[in-house]
Amino acid sequence: MSGQGQRLNVVPTVTVLGVVKARLIGATKGHQLLKKKSDALTVQFRQILKRIVQAKETMGDSLKASSFSLTEAKYTAGDNIKHVVLENVGSATVKVRAKQDNVAGVKLPKFEYFTEAGETKNDLTGLARGGQQIQLCRSSFIKAVEVLVELASLQTSFLTLDEAIKTTNRRVNALENVVKPRLENTISYIKGELDELEREEFFRLKKIQGFKKREVEKQLALNKKFAEEAALKEKLSFNGGKGRSENNLLQLEADKDEDIIF
Amino acid sequence: MASNTALLAIIGDEDTVTGFLLAGVGNVDIRRKTNYLIVDNKTTVKTIEDTFKEFTAREDIAIVLISQYVANMIRFVVDRYNKPIPAILEIPSKDHPYDPSQDSILARVKHMFSSDPSGPTNRY
Repeated sequence: MSGQGQRLNVVPTVTVLGVVKARLIGATKGHQLLKKKSDALTVQFRQILKRIVQAKETMGDSLKASSFSLTEAKYTAGDNIKHVVLENVGSATVKVRAKQDNVAGVKLPKFEYFTEAGETKNDLTGLARGGQQIQLCRSSFIKAVEVLVELASLQTSFLTLDEAIKTTNRRVNALENVVKPRLENTISYIKGELDELEREEFFRLKKIQGFKKREVEKQLALNKKFAEEAALKEKLSFNGGKGRSENNLLQLEADKDEDIIF
Repeated sequence: MASNTALLAIIGDEDTVTGFLLAGVGNVDIRRKTNYLIVDNKTTVKTIEDTFKEFTAREDIAIVLISQYVANMIRFVVDRYNKPIPAILEIPSKDHPYDPSQDSILARVKHMFSSDPSGPTNRY
């Protein structure tokens, strides 16, 4: 039976059938939309994948350049600049700002680096010697930070999208494999039940019709008999007296039955 | 996130940290808490792990930069971490060449690149 698998526990009536059908339509629409969303996210996801790989390579190069310029700076300014730098740490001048990007209803965080206005104590680092190298090193590290921030936002988007795609796919699959079959089963179950009811109704009507027909025939037969009897009585009474009536009856019977002999 | 602006945190060897501090990333708050950790041969794995956990739990940090060889020391913690914010970035350091296959994110990216992205994405 169609209702044997998964189906909702409902009363099989026309109203419920309408409700379930409406739900099936809703589920189908939702499934389509979610599928589209999943596709859109996947497209975005693939783009991000490509860009992540590129950015990782860029990061490698840029950090290599930064390390090299740091070595240069150390060579010219002496090894003790790192102590100066470490001592001079105050509040950060390079910070990131979080923005949000919207892809098919999924909010992707996006980082944007910016330099906070304010004097850096490092400006005077290496004033005695190697100042230029140190400034070069500094700008090269700022460039590296730029790349890293970009990479970080890609990576965050990657993780968020991954999660979102998984959720969406789970929903799509749930709709496709659980909700829709269940509703379809319910619909076919209700339809089956309704058909069954209709057949029963039809059979019942047939029965009643047959019964009525028989009744009418019986009545007709009765009427006919009654009419015959009435006609006979009339004849008898028309013929008159009692004795003769007996004769007449005999006569009648004789007429009817030839074999009778008195 | 509490505020719209956030910091970067660094865990790495002295040179890397110095470079980034030179760029102006470093921050020391009122309680003298820094947003960087210099790892040398005296730093214990426990310290690194605690610092990593502290950085990832802090609200004002959006990106954690960690040298790859340091990340390898606490690989189990880094791999287990899968929140989008703060983002963990493994960076190469001067003495240690960068190995993309060890990067936890890049490993996943590569894994998905080789296979169909809509396919076996469930890896954790």
